[in-house]
Amino acid sequence: MRYLFRPPADEAAALLALPWEQPLAEWDESLLLSVPQRGISRHVVRFVAAEGSVFALKEIAEPLARKEYSLLGEFVEEGLPSVSALGICVDRPADQEAILVTRYLEYSMSYRHLFSSPRTQYSTSQLLDTMVVLLVRLHLAGVFWGDCSLSNTLFRPDADGLTAYLVDAETVERRPELSPGMRRYDVDLARERVGAELMDLQFGDLLSADIDPIQVAESLPQRYEALWDAVTRTEVFRPEEQRYRVAERLQWINDLGFDAGELELVPTAEGVRMRVQTRVSEPGQHRRELLRLTGLEAQENQARRMLNDLRSYRAWLEQESGRPVPEAVAGHRWMAEIYLPVVEAVPRHLAGRVAPAQMFHEVLEHRWFLSEQAGRDVGTTAALASYLDSELPRTPAEMTTPAVLAAVDEAGSDTPS
Amino acid sequence: MASIEMKNIVKKYGDGFPAVNDISLDIADGEFMILVGPSGCGKSTLLRMIVGLEDITSGDMIIGGERVNDKAPRDRNLSMVFQNYALYPHMSVYENIAFPLRLAKTPDDKVDRLVKEAADVLELHEHLERKPANLSGGQRQRVAMGRAIVRQAEAFLFDEPLSNLDAKLRGQMRTEIARLQRRLGITTVYVTHDQTEAMTLGDRVCVLRKGSIQQVASPRELYEQPVNLFVAGFIGSPPMNFLPATIDGATLTTPFGTIELDEKRAAAVAGHELLLVGIRPEYFEDASLVDEAKKHVGTTFTAKVDVTEWLGDQQYAYIPYDAPDAIRTQLRDLSRELDSEELRTQAIVSIDSTSRIREGRDAEFWLDTRKVHVFDPETGDNLTRDAEAGAELTRMATEDREEQVAEAAGGLTGERSGSGAGTGSTAA
Repeated sequence: MRYLFRPPADEAAALLALPWEQPLAEWDESLLLSVPQRGISRHVVRFVAAEGSVFALKEIAEPLARKEYSLLGEFVEEGLPSVSALGICVDRPADQEAILVTRYLEYSMSYRHLFSSPRTQYSTSQLLDTMVVLLVRLHLAGVFWGDCSLSNTLFRPDADGLTAYLVDAETVERRPELSPGMRRYDVDLARERVGAELMDLQFGDLLSADIDPIQVAESLPQRYEALWDAVTRTEVFRPEEQRYRVAERLQWINDLGFDAGELELVPTAEGVRMRVQTRVSEPGQHRRELLRLTGLEAQENQARRMLNDLRSYRAWLEQESGRPVPEAVAGHRWMAEIYLPVVEAVPRHLAGRVAPAQMFHEVLEHRWFLSEQAGRDVGTTAALASYLDSELPRTPAEMTTPAVLAAVDEAGSDTPS
Repeated sequence: MASIEMKNIVKKYGDGFPAVNDISLDIADGEFMILVGPSGCGKSTLLRMIVGLEDITSGDMIIGGERVNDKAPRDRNLSMVFQNYALYPHMSVYENIAFPLRLAKTPDDKVDRLVKEAADVLELHEHLERKPANLSGGQRQRVAMGRAIVRQAEAFLFDEPLSNLDAKLRGQMRTEIARLQRRLGITTVYVTHDQTEAMTLGDRVCVLRKGSIQQVASPRELYEQPVNLFVAGFIGSPPMNFLPATIDGATLTTPFGTIELDEKRAAAVAGHELLLVGIRPEYFEDASLVDEAKKHVGTTFTAKVDVTEWLGDQQYAYIPYDAPDAIRTQLRDLSRELDSEELRTQAIVSIDSTSRIREGRDAEFWLDTRKVHVFDPETGDNLTRDAEAGAELTRMATEDREEQVAEAAGGLTGERSGSGAGTGSTAA
């Protein structure tokens, strides 16, 4: 047998002791982590925990495993929203298929959860748009998915919205640029898959009654075309309009969650022709800024929210002390005095239901909501207490992220009963 | 159902390299056409141009008499079968087949008729109300096929559908696909790199090399009358042996002795100094087991056997031979191009399983010289190909197919026989 890992993969060492020589379907239950069914897979998929992280293991033909491993590596490097691969195990005895190991996307939600709970805060329309953003992003990067479906997508809360991640790259093909036929085919396939997956939930009495699978599926191609057009179309306008039209277009692209890479303006007889090269990666300036100041990893919208809070805290500190506070100091103090007290206040039985950065965002939202009701600022301490009491428990225990479950398991087994 | 015609199809990518170079190919209505060749030959690109995934640089793609170059994949009404099929656990087998029709808002009675018709052909009838979790691997694939059938597509397209299945399921599915294609009589294009799959499935096989067609013919014609070294070496397993030879009148001198050519073949090879003789493994036999009455149609020679391989019902002997450097290099290149690992300066010889020829010893072999082909090592052309005999083999295969399609047409009811117009509305 051989293991292929791309450094850094310190976690890989902890996985080496697993019984890779046995068929995945026969692995002992005690080695596995039970993760609720996330979607439909053609392959045997199992989950394991090691060193505080959770991994998904998929048994798959070696050429496909190798291809998927290298593609997922490319995607992560380029900032495309996908799960990341840790490595593969090949040349297993008795001609067994290879195993692809990916890092579990913590705090992610499957479509099953999102479409089957009527009280979910996300609308169907929001979910579809999130998926369409993912597809457009992949297509801009020359990625033909070949298997776009809800089962192959995971959703992660990002402040008020969601971000969709590609989970399965088995059928992916990479091109410098996709032909219109490839894009259309991908969209047709997505439309069909989404329709079928929702119908499947309906047959299992798992779909909220107000969702019509056929209608939802039918709206997907239009949503896709609209977004694709918005981020790629060439515009022509009069030279005197140039300044505001360019700004308007860029703002719009940003609002859609994309970054403009390069602008090309060509004067023609009819006016100025503008082509925008839209960048495919997640706009990451806030994430990077937050990481630099606090060492925290968050998603883009969460990061924006936290940076805003950090900046107002810094202003308050400066006002209090009557002198400038360096941003590094402010970052450090905000972490210790604001952020950590909030995220560490979660009682054990509610741990792992909402990602810390998301929870911080939700506490701030809750504070705003309570303050508006009260007509005065209720303060973070009161908001936090109320949030832990009434809001956080509304996220069901099944949503607890596997890494936290695994940690609880480990702690439990260490304690003598 | 529809015919597929390709006229001077070219596909060039950004770097100007033609992945597909001036391909013209007619696929008849109901025909099972295989596109085969080693990796990089352009077979998948060609299939994708049929589907509409790849733009066509130049040439015409005509499906059912209509030019489709500028049509979106969905509007071509073709079905890519098994492409990443998924089975939905809460839906019955019936609904798993029906859902493309449901999404297209097809009336219930029509859905019911189409699903039941498909289930009959697929022998899934008794499973229709079950959940897919209980189906065997082969049955699951049949459900995927059922989806393609109810769509009433103009043609089925398969892109290496079996390459990731295990050997057993691969064999089962191959039989299944062949059987269904005959029963449905639906135009089918099937891409594979595996020559065995190509030979066992197709009515005709199109062998591609570096973006160009080498030969389009029935499996038997490819096997018995290949146009060149490439096709001869690609088709057949174990592969054809190529021996260096010189010619003097009608006598070829090879490392395994001399071969007398008939007048026609002798005339065809005249004027060449160095030649390659192509001999299939089964043209050889252990001389001691050959009937005296038959011996005169071949030659007998003695050679040292390197290895024998006994497989129960058959046996192979490996006989190394010497070849001039130029030939050696050329055979190595051919081997590489065919993705083959065979050592080509070693003949693989099929002998009766009862033969007691032993490894490491000299043995006497007999070679049936009637069917050997002689190739020009420079151009690769088969100098002794009998085009008429080849065409006759393909004509016979076409007749068989037409008969089977006619029989199948009697077996299916409804709109399927009224091909073309009107079926687009139910395509998903």
